[in-house]
Amino acid sequence: MNAPAIKPAASRWVLWAPLGLFALFVGVVMVALLRPADREIRSAMLGKPMPQFTLAPAAAGLPGLAHADLADGKVHLVNFFASWCVPCAVEAPQLAALKAAGVDVVGIAIRDRPEDLAVFLRRHGNPFSRIGADNDSRVQFEIGSSGVPESFVIDGKGVIRYQHIGVIQSRADIDAILSAVKEAGA
Amino acid sequence: MIATLGLAALWLAAALAVLQLVGAIVTLRRADNPLGAVVRSVAAVQGGLVAVSFACLIWVFLETDLSVKLVSENSHSLKPLLFKFAATWGNHEGSMLLWVSIMALGGACVALFERRLSEPAMLATLAAQAFVSIGFYAFLLIASNPFARLDPVPAEGRGLNPLLQDTGLAFHPPTLYIGYVGLSIAFSFAVGALITREVSPAFARAMRPWVLGAWIFLTLGIVAGSYWAYYTLGWGGWWFWDPVENASLMPWLAATALLHSVSVLAARNALRAWTVMLGVIAFSMSMVGTFLVRSGVLVSVHAFAVDPLRGQFILALLAINIGAALTVFALRAASISEGERFALASRETALVFNNVMLSGILGIVLVGTLYPLLAEAMGARVSVGPPYFNAASAIFAVPMLLVLCVGPLLGWRRDRLSRLTWKLWLPLAAAISAAAIALTQGVSVLSALGLGLGAALIPASMLPLVGRNLRTAKLPLWGMVTAHLGVGLALIGMASDSAFTREKLIAINVGQTVAVGPWQIKLARIAPVAGPNWTALEAGIEASYDGATPIKLAPQDRAFWAPPQQVNHSALSTRWNGQLYVVLGQQAEDGRWQLRLWWKPFVILIWLGGLMVALGGLLALLGRVASDLRRTIAIDKIAFRRKKQGR
Repeated sequence: MNAPAIKPAASRWVLWAPLGLFALFVGVVMVALLRPADREIRSAMLGKPMPQFTLAPAAAGLPGLAHADLADGKVHLVNFFASWCVPCAVEAPQLAALKAAGVDVVGIAIRDRPEDLAVFLRRHGNPFSRIGADNDSRVQFEIGSSGVPESFVIDGKGVIRYQHIGVIQSRADIDAILSAVKEAGA
Repeated sequence: MIATLGLAALWLAAALAVLQLVGAIVTLRRADNPLGAVVRSVAAVQGGLVAVSFACLIWVFLETDLSVKLVSENSHSLKPLLFKFAATWGNHEGSMLLWVSIMALGGACVALFERRLSEPAMLATLAAQAFVSIGFYAFLLIASNPFARLDPVPAEGRGLNPLLQDTGLAFHPPTLYIGYVGLSIAFSFAVGALITREVSPAFARAMRPWVLGAWIFLTLGIVAGSYWAYYTLGWGGWWFWDPVENASLMPWLAATALLHSVSVLAARNALRAWTVMLGVIAFSMSMVGTFLVRSGVLVSVHAFAVDPLRGQFILALLAINIGAALTVFALRAASISEGERFALASRETALVFNNVMLSGILGIVLVGTLYPLLAEAMGARVSVGPPYFNAASAIFAVPMLLVLCVGPLLGWRRDRLSRLTWKLWLPLAAAISAAAIALTQGVSVLSALGLGLGAALIPASMLPLVGRNLRTAKLPLWGMVTAHLGVGLALIGMASDSAFTREKLIAINVGQTVAVGPWQIKLARIAPVAGPNWTALEAGIEASYDGATPIKLAPQDRAFWAPPQQVNHSALSTRWNGQLYVVLGQQAEDGRWQLRLWWKPFVILIWLGGLMVALGGLLALLGRVASDLRRTIAIDKIAFRRKKQGR
């Protein structure tokens, strides 16, 4: 092959540029990879008192929820949920187990309709002692929750002590919440 | 027993890969080394052994051998046969074995069938292929053994994610993998060419069929994946810019650029260093994509099992393979001459433009995919979505598609644009009228632009055939025309979907009728049905298009029990001018049923166009392989005659 018009294709440093960019990429993902596995958005409200709110009852036969109800000297588990949220239905048995273990579970229903909620509770059981209707997600935002389902352990003074993002799914999730409840009560 | 055989075959294959690497290297250093004679055979046997190993894994899945950990975790004795089969690669370990199998079989094919490369270039290519393979063998055998056993043997398996229990899934991942891993051959060719300094048109002609083959499968895999997501996820969308989708798009963009630049190198001996670079980049993108979705550094809707140790392993492999290739590139590329020059108005310029624009889109996708990671490293959390990807990639896609209308008409080396003006009236008129009609319908500017470009591409893509004898036109020309026509059709499908889709989310009682677009949809009944591993509520829908006799559709809300999961099974009705898409939702408190209805005009063109792009690739491949065969036979004949004369 007689290659005509021989001229360097590019100056030498340009040829090292791909390798440099690649090294940068490896560096960035290395940082991401070696960083602790905790990849969730923590609420800035942990350790702070609950915001002030009063929510109307969301389901017939159950009282609504206000911040004062949470500062009654007892530990509560506040569960943000909605009847339109499929993972929340998946979570129902675990909430029932927590209730059976003696935890007082209160619900905050996000942008829900009473009739949908009634079907949801009938179908999946009702672990809640109170359910407040957060129709415009105000409380959800104020407490720094990112979505449903999400659960918070609130101590007797109404201070947020623990946050669980997403579905309470495994035995380990339940145990973590139980120990947080125990700690908050101590 | 079968599992043990599979594992043994895998270890043997790994040992042969080492032999292949060592043999090729020592022979490259001293040409008379006896090991050189066996390198090709070793590559072929290695391919055979891995195929045996993969067949063993399929076997244990088909007979649901629950003593194999992978089977018990991903399969279930009640599962239909097809999905037991598909479960083989519907998990991390199995898919990595598939990866290694394709890589080894690709190497075997090169060893057996490639005749254009010089002996040193061939050895260097097989050495590179073995080098990359060894890393993946180590990953498989050390960190992801698919044949690991369980003791005691569980009574029943855990089943496969119901979303994945779909006929589409049976063939989507293997297709995509053949594409991803097939690019490893282009990678090895590029590294081999750098090592032996043989970057020439002959090298480009040798590499082209392999790139084409991988690219066809990659195209098919992406098209199939997009359609699968469209009809199983029940969201009515066909592309979500999810990291896993991007992981398949990036190698495709690089391979598409490579396909075009390799043509320049083959025909005109230009773009030499650039083509080699793209050969390295394309497979690098496959590896980067695999790493991003398998290591869990990116959060995606495609939830693969995440194990940080595996992530680190793949990152190390990635760093070694790509790092080594780019180092060889940096050391050797300066000694590769620039190649032939060309004028501004020439086929070469158009192809360079295509390459720059494709690289631009690749950059956009790569940055968008990695940006959340980069931001996280700096302590911020962001997610990058369709608004960024759509707008940013359009910046490069629109000029590229404009040039696509003209480029194939230009001659090599030097041409005059004025020669073409009369030919371009038709595409221009088509574009203007389509865009104008769309705008009067109140369509968004971007959609109208897409419709106009698509309308221009359809006549423009066929112009290279004008004035030719269609009977003697070569297959690669037909391939190019078909593929470009496919691009135009797909573009019209995309623009039409975003511009004209009618959507309705309603709750109705049985017996009620609702209208969406030109359709009258009647919910006739709701009935329970049962499948092999699921039960479902099925809606009986009677859909009538524009007053015609109703057709029956049956969307289902399925409940799987192993593992338990709720899945919407949508129902589709395809007409020549669009698709009706029906999803059955939950029952409301008052007894009404939720229905999601879409009327999507011409949406099917997206995948039809995609298939035509792949078909175009296939035509080109057939043409190239046929002419290679003719060449080989001619050379053999000459050699035979010489031998006869010599005797």
